[in-house]
Amino acid sequence: MSEYILEMKGVSKYFAHVRANYKVDLQVRRGEVMALLGENGAGKTTLMNILYGLYAPSEGEIFFNGEKVNIKEPQDAIKHGIGMVHQHFMLVQALSVIENVVLGMKGSKSPRLDLNEAADRLKELAAKYSMEINPWAKVWQLSVGQQQRLEILKALYRGAQLFILDEPTAVLTPQEVEGLFDMIRLLKSEGKTIIFISHKLNEVLSICDRITVLRLGENQAICNASEITKDELAELMVGRPLNNERHREDTGDDNPVVLKLEGVTCNNSDGLPGLKGIDLEIRGGEILGIAGVDGNGQRELAEVITGMTHVTGGKVTISGDDMTNADPIDIWKKDVSHVPEDRHKHGVVLGMDLVENNLLINHFRKEFQKGPFVDWKAIEKDTEEIITDYHVKTAGKNELIKNLSGGNQQKMVIGRALERDPKLLLALHPTRGLDIGATEYIQQCIMDQRNKGVAVLLVSTELDEVISMSDRIAVMYEGRIIGIVPPTTSISDIGLMMAGVEPDKKDDQE
Amino acid sequence: MPGSGKQAKTKLKQSLSSLLIGVVALLLALACGCLIIMIMGKSPLAAFNAIYLGSIGSKAAIGETIVKAAPLMLTAMAFAVTFKCGLLNIGAEGQIYMGGMAAMTVAQVVKGVPYPLHMILCVIAGMLVGGIWGGIAGWLKVRFKADEMITTIMLNYIGLQFANFMVTNVIRDPAASLPQSARAPESAQLTQFISGTRIHVGVIFAAICLAFYYIFLWKTTAGYRTRVVGMNQHAAHFAGINSKKHVVLAMFMAGAFSGLAGVCEILGLQIRMLQSFSPGYGFDGIAVAMLGNNSPLGILISSLMFGALKAGSNMMQIVTQIPTATISLVQGLVILFVVASRFLVDRAEKRGNKKLAKGGNR
Repeated sequence: MSEYILEMKGVSKYFAHVRANYKVDLQVRRGEVMALLGENGAGKTTLMNILYGLYAPSEGEIFFNGEKVNIKEPQDAIKHGIGMVHQHFMLVQALSVIENVVLGMKGSKSPRLDLNEAADRLKELAAKYSMEINPWAKVWQLSVGQQQRLEILKALYRGAQLFILDEPTAVLTPQEVEGLFDMIRLLKSEGKTIIFISHKLNEVLSICDRITVLRLGENQAICNASEITKDELAELMVGRPLNNERHREDTGDDNPVVLKLEGVTCNNSDGLPGLKGIDLEIRGGEILGIAGVDGNGQRELAEVITGMTHVTGGKVTISGDDMTNADPIDIWKKDVSHVPEDRHKHGVVLGMDLVENNLLINHFRKEFQKGPFVDWKAIEKDTEEIITDYHVKTAGKNELIKNLSGGNQQKMVIGRALERDPKLLLALHPTRGLDIGATEYIQQCIMDQRNKGVAVLLVSTELDEVISMSDRIAVMYEGRIIGIVPPTTSISDIGLMMAGVEPDKKDDQE
Repeated sequence: MPGSGKQAKTKLKQSLSSLLIGVVALLLALACGCLIIMIMGKSPLAAFNAIYLGSIGSKAAIGETIVKAAPLMLTAMAFAVTFKCGLLNIGAEGQIYMGGMAAMTVAQVVKGVPYPLHMILCVIAGMLVGGIWGGIAGWLKVRFKADEMITTIMLNYIGLQFANFMVTNVIRDPAASLPQSARAPESAQLTQFISGTRIHVGVIFAAICLAFYYIFLWKTTAGYRTRVVGMNQHAAHFAGINSKKHVVLAMFMAGAFSGLAGVCEILGLQIRMLQSFSPGYGFDGIAVAMLGNNSPLGILISSLMFGALKAGSNMMQIVTQIPTATISLVQGLVILFVVASRFLVDRAEKRGNKKLAKGGNR
């Protein structure tokens, strides 16, 4: 048998005009954890989707256990013993755990589905990997971490030897990440092979044996995790040295309070309590970072401030005026700029051009109106300035925004939010899904606003980002702020708070 | 600016492809029409010749095409302006009846007002009542989340029956044996001002409406907001745009356009109001709007085309005894082909994009 469980040779994939993969080689040894590292758009997911039979490669060969294989659809991949855990879980929320496990599998000859037997097998398997899972629980009752373990179990149940984990830590708290890593080590000790897709250097270095770096769809390097530093790895991934330092000026700590929330409660879109009594203050010239696992009230927090969601109790004060349950338009008029969480849903109108999308948050301003008419000349000029100032790569101001890359769309969204000189900036996940270059740039833009005296509320699920950017960090858990801590707090302490553990009083400053 | 040439090309390409879809759909529909005419044992050539004579073969024919195109253009805008706001207004027919009825009522009831003041009053009444009829569906939508497609269809029947009630009772001409109103006084009529044709002042009003449609949607702040609501309601909410206001406003404008179509028909051509006076302009307008891709120029061209078909089909029936229903059939097929081709084009685009999105991970 070959040394390698998997070899992909010269794999290329073209989509219309885009080269997603170009002559990529990937060799994975049996029983190792191989990292597939690269920025967004480097072609990691495409390569794995080819391996899993979701895409057909434009050229190249795949060898499994030394034999050439032709994987046309996921069923073929599963037959060869390949299991994939997608970034977004492929689970049916309304079905039970065991129903999800057997879903799509060919059972015995009998048309009757014997779930009991399957459940027993699943329990056995789970026990072997020291996991506790109730086969009869509904999936929606499971935590995100449990759902991920279920996905891995599902693959195990189907006899997977090779596991593809696509950005598995993106949805986890630091503690849950540790749990996942324990699981990966256990799988490895059982002789299973793991391909770990990530763009997070720390994780890759701590869990993987070898690292394959992709950049712009091509092989950049293959190295042993033990023989490379984080900085070297970052340079391989990005193609230039990283700059983690953001220029931070001393803005003093006696600036006026711009935003003040007192005992704010609200319901989420399902009509359940979304915020359960939020108290916070942001002064001009400071960044208050909100850390927390996605879905713990961050979106609701931004929406009650912007007036998009009504509060059920409490008070919102902006620049000294009571803006509780004010109309969104009146909040915009208070020089509040909002970079929304979901760019495509709220932030832009995809079928409109850059000028019209700039007008989206400026349509009520007198300087862009001439009586009942839009002053197109003025808004066009403003848009051109944003394109220049924020380095938006576009064919021109009349390009439809949907034709821009995600990073450039986000630059436009941030640019228009900052161009209007806000007093309060709400930035939700401003760098999510962006490559490192764009991330650095946008972080510096936000920092510049802080240095100018703008009050900034920064929501991010990337703990590194919150810690490096914030003056203070508020940790949210289940609609409450569980504590406000300085950015010098250790990651593990913040991680505990993200999981709902109250901080010690002695750590609780401010 | 670098790349602006490319943009211009893209835009040109888009409008060309949109035009191409329209032309291909029309040709396909006409081909089907030929087939049907042949099955009926008639000559398609004779039919086309008659259509030609009836639509652009003479000064009078051109006039007929234009007076038929005007209400189609208005009802097409009634569909398009709501479509731009993310709504499907199927209610133009009912709005025509309410508008026509209101105009005739004012024509009969208001006395002693000279031309053109009387005529203008009638036009305003027709547009206002039509607008309110449309606005009701908008209000039901924002107040009770009632689907505007359903409510506008239901309001069509109420509008039609209410207009019929008015003709059979309130404004009925007691001298006539049929239920119909008396002739509108001269002072209230939309004057026919080109001799040898029936082209009337309403045509000019319709043209003004088309200009208004363009200026409103693409030049005014309110129109911009309307388009945002239509393209992305969530973004509208985010931007502090009051979607409810714009839904009601768009439905009101739609009703006013349709109402004017009714006024044109009643005070420009028929002069008397009969029961069920609209030859289905409200529904044909949907086809015109779709064929014209809701753009002002597209609506202008396609309404003239449909107007020509309508004018020509009368001549065709007279000369060749092929029923005008054949042309209705062709119109129906046009919609079918336009919708089908847009669907196919969209699907092809989406497939391409999806692959890009998945592949590029961005």
